[in-house]
Amino acid sequence: MIKPLDNRAWLLVLPVFAVVAFSAALPVMTVVNYSVQDTFGNNQFFWNGVGWFQDLLDPSKELGGRFFDSLWRNLLFSAIILAIEVPLGIVVALSMPREGWTVALCLVLMALPLLIPWNVVGTIWQVFARGDIGLLGWSINRLGIDYNYVSSPLAAWTTIVVMDVWHWTSLVALLCYAGLKSIPDAYYQAARIDGASRWAVFRTIQLPKMRRVLLIAVLLRFMDSFMIYTEPFVLTGGGPGNATTFLSIDLVKLALGQFDLGKAGAMSLVYNLIILAVCWVFYTVMTNVDADSTRAEA
Amino acid sequence: MARITLDRLAHSYLPDPRGPEEYAVKEVHHVWDQGGAYALLGPSGCGKTTLLNIISGLVRPTRGRILFDDRDVTDLSTEARNIAQVFQFPVVYDTMTVRENLAFPLKNRRVPREAVAKRVDEIARLLDLTRVLERKARNLSADLKQKISLGRGLVRPDVAAILFDEPLTVIDPHLKWQLRSTLKELHRALDLTMIYVTHDQTEALTFADKVVVMHDGAVVQTGTPEELFARPAHTFVGHFIGSPGMNVLPCRVEGRTAFVREQAIALDQTYPMLGDGKRIELGIRPEFAELGPPGTGFPVRVRRVDDLGRARIARVDMGGYQLTASIPESLTEVGGDASLRLDARHVHIYADGHLVTGQGRP
Amino acid sequence: MRVREEHRVTLVLDQVRKDVGAETHIRDVSLTLESGTLNVLLGATLSGKTSLMRLMAGLDAPTKGRILVNGSDVTGRAVQRRSVAMVYQQIINYPSLSVYENIASPLRVAGLPRAEIESRVRDAAKLLKLEPYLDRRPLNLSGGQQQRTALARALVKQADLVLLDEPLANLDYKLREELREELPRVFAASGAIFVYATTEPQEALLLGGRTATLFEGRVTQFGPTPMVYREPQDLTTARVFSDPPLNILKARKGGHDIALSTGGDIRAAGVFAAVPDGTYSVGFRAHHLSLDPIPGQAITLSAHVSVAEITGSESFVHLDVGQHRFVALVPGVRRLEPGSGVVAYLDPSRVFLFDEAGRLAASALAKAA
Repeated sequence: MIKPLDNRAWLLVLPVFAVVAFSAALPVMTVVNYSVQDTFGNNQFFWNGVGWFQDLLDPSKELGGRFFDSLWRNLLFSAIILAIEVPLGIVVALSMPREGWTVALCLVLMALPLLIPWNVVGTIWQVFARGDIGLLGWSINRLGIDYNYVSSPLAAWTTIVVMDVWHWTSLVALLCYAGLKSIPDAYYQAARIDGASRWAVFRTIQLPKMRRVLLIAVLLRFMDSFMIYTEPFVLTGGGPGNATTFLSIDLVKLALGQFDLGKAGAMSLVYNLIILAVCWVFYTVMTNVDADSTRAEA
Repeated sequence: MARITLDRLAHSYLPDPRGPEEYAVKEVHHVWDQGGAYALLGPSGCGKTTLLNIISGLVRPTRGRILFDDRDVTDLSTEARNIAQVFQFPVVYDTMTVRENLAFPLKNRRVPREAVAKRVDEIARLLDLTRVLERKARNLSADLKQKISLGRGLVRPDVAAILFDEPLTVIDPHLKWQLRSTLKELHRALDLTMIYVTHDQTEALTFADKVVVMHDGAVVQTGTPEELFARPAHTFVGHFIGSPGMNVLPCRVEGRTAFVREQAIALDQTYPMLGDGKRIELGIRPEFAELGPPGTGFPVRVRRVDDLGRARIARVDMGGYQLTASIPESLTEVGGDASLRLDARHVHIYADGHLVTGQGRP
Repeated sequence: MRVREEHRVTLVLDQVRKDVGAETHIRDVSLTLESGTLNVLLGATLSGKTSLMRLMAGLDAPTKGRILVNGSDVTGRAVQRRSVAMVYQQIINYPSLSVYENIASPLRVAGLPRAEIESRVRDAAKLLKLEPYLDRRPLNLSGGQQQRTALARALVKQADLVLLDEPLANLDYKLREELREELPRVFAASGAIFVYATTEPQEALLLGGRTATLFEGRVTQFGPTPMVYREPQDLTTARVFSDPPLNILKARKGGHDIALSTGGDIRAAGVFAAVPDGTYSVGFRAHHLSLDPIPGQAITLSAHVSVAEITGSESFVHLDVGQHRFVALVPGVRRLEPGSGVVAYLDPSRVFLFDEAGRLAASALAKAA
């Protein structure tokens, strides 16, 4: 639908523009500025052109090697949590009740993990998973499994993955639940009459109708997990060593730890571009799926 | 194949129903013969969809039983009842082609592949779907999708009855004609019991051999289209069937004459058993109330003339009551004053809404 | 409720075209609509009725062409700045407000004084027979009453243009009949320009006024309803305005002989007499095909009954004549076995002749209804 034109609407947007310009656009321009210079932020600037970018994209260089390691960790992490959270979310959504008072109860319970501030989530798990005073950590050690997320990369990764699943599966579940609720009853009735098994009903009715919401869920989870910072930082600080040093954590180390603003500027720009590229791909796929579904429903 | 018996069926959506007004379907006792085409006709909220869902097994009735061929199926699930249902809006499996859609019910019942293919081809031919068999179901038009829904029901060789829940609602008027005659031809070709729920009288009357008219949860009359038209058992049936519906006027009957205000209308029967204290009404359909030039019948004042192309309808005032009358082709000029002639053979007398049988028809 | 006499409005669409992406929804439509008229847009689904109404309202802007109100160009003007009211197929009311408040809502937004609001709402409620229901919520009313509420809300604005997009389509057929009978009275009382979209020819005939037949985004004919019905200028208009569907057969004229695609020849008489030689499409409506012999020279068709549908007082008989499938609407109850042979009669003075381009070549006007 094409909304009628009213130029006065632009006036309403001006304050937002001003705030965004001040808090985001100007700093981004600063970052771009840093990325083409060599500086430690002490007002001494040496022009470097595309030097940092070349270093960044070359795995044999120190900067490049570091960048690709972190990038690889991010991709691995996103892949793992998507592989767990999406199916788990669907299963949870399918198990949630459709009507009655239990619906409200379930929805509230599902929403709770999403409401907790992210650094608090990190802190909760940091304590929870500790081998000495944490309930989870202590129990696992008692079972005979040697578990210490501070010293073992595997344990650190497992803890971070479990923490993320605990934190975010509800989002996928709630989105899928909304998608499921929009399926008219007649489809289920027709499937019953056709003698379809539970699995066939899932495969032929529920999954196709959830296409749109699943795409949104995957997009959101991928983006959030790709940009993850707070939880792993609070939990492991990037350790042990750099086993859980994701791109964002590495960036902070580079910029605020080493004051290597030039390198950090370049890295953050490339990081940003990757995210934008992924978003664009998702958006294109989503609008195609959308157009497809609306045409079908016409 | 099934003869469907509704044995003192009643249903309420409330957990603890007290009076009859809390029942969506009041007690129904009815037998539908094998192979018949039936329609459940009535306005919204009359209980027809509830009754259909009870037959298909989607709703379990509060009271009574339902029998297929003398077998009590009241407790049986929908799948076990061997019925097929076509819904108001088309239900197709988006991810499958037309062929896969039609094959789906058979695949679920583990029918061997060659048998499935043969049956699908047969049904596709019957429904004129052969040319779209390999296309994806989701991009087709509404009427083709409805045919696919229908086909999924027909493809099962053991299907006992097909239930239609207002299936032509989303179909364009031009395509409704084709689909309606397809349904009728199908009924002839396959010996299946078909039950069709609708609020549209044309759909009901053209499709069914027998129509069950429902109002407020109760069955008001069951009969063939001609019976419902010529002898409505209840003023509601007279009003609901026929476009425009039957004229109903309060009257007083004495001997072989009915008096509407002061207008004397000759009847072709006597009604000695009318009794007192009841609301007496006279019913006559516009098709049997003909307008004529002034002086040839009861004097009436013409308020409006509607031209339907193939016929003309006049709204007239007679003695303070409003009537609908038909205008014969021969009457070319219609002025403000005209006459009304009523065909006495089609004048009915109703007491408290129910048809009264008269005596002494000459 | 009467729109003041001095305030007569003329809405003109001038060569309006609407493209959406690669598709053209409205093609070169030019219409002139006057105050106090009821204009019916008749056409199948997706023929462009809703798109055209949206252009008239100002909800969409045309790709090409202009829209003029009383001579001034309003083509780009947003709908909030135009005097428009709209009633939709889906019954749309504010569920949390009473019927009174629903009807009053546009007036409250416009900031009218209380006394004025009260009097206008009462007038509208009286016109649409809603007075006993003013305190109720819409969901506690029947479908017909809910749609009346929506209609009252549209009328109370006293807009110059009131658009109704298949407003009765979601109602039971009997409720539809009842509401439809009241509409002409409601329209006459208001005096605005009314535009009513429908897919049913019967509805257009019952409403009267003027009708524009739409087909694939084009207006094929616009004029007084009985005239468009009886004197269609082309084959498309005749088809759009026929329910049951128009029966069509082909005829080739050579001199005094006409060869019919149903087989057989007839002598050129009636409408056929005056037209030049060539191929024609012969269109005739279902109620002009008879199963009883008709006096005078009639076209006889040997047919097989495909299916007979009985509606109680009339019968729709579907006939196969060679490759043709015709529908005949005959009075009375006809029980005919499928496959049985019958003879159908057609009065040549009651047909429409369309030339190869689809234009009307001849018809015995008033009779060929």
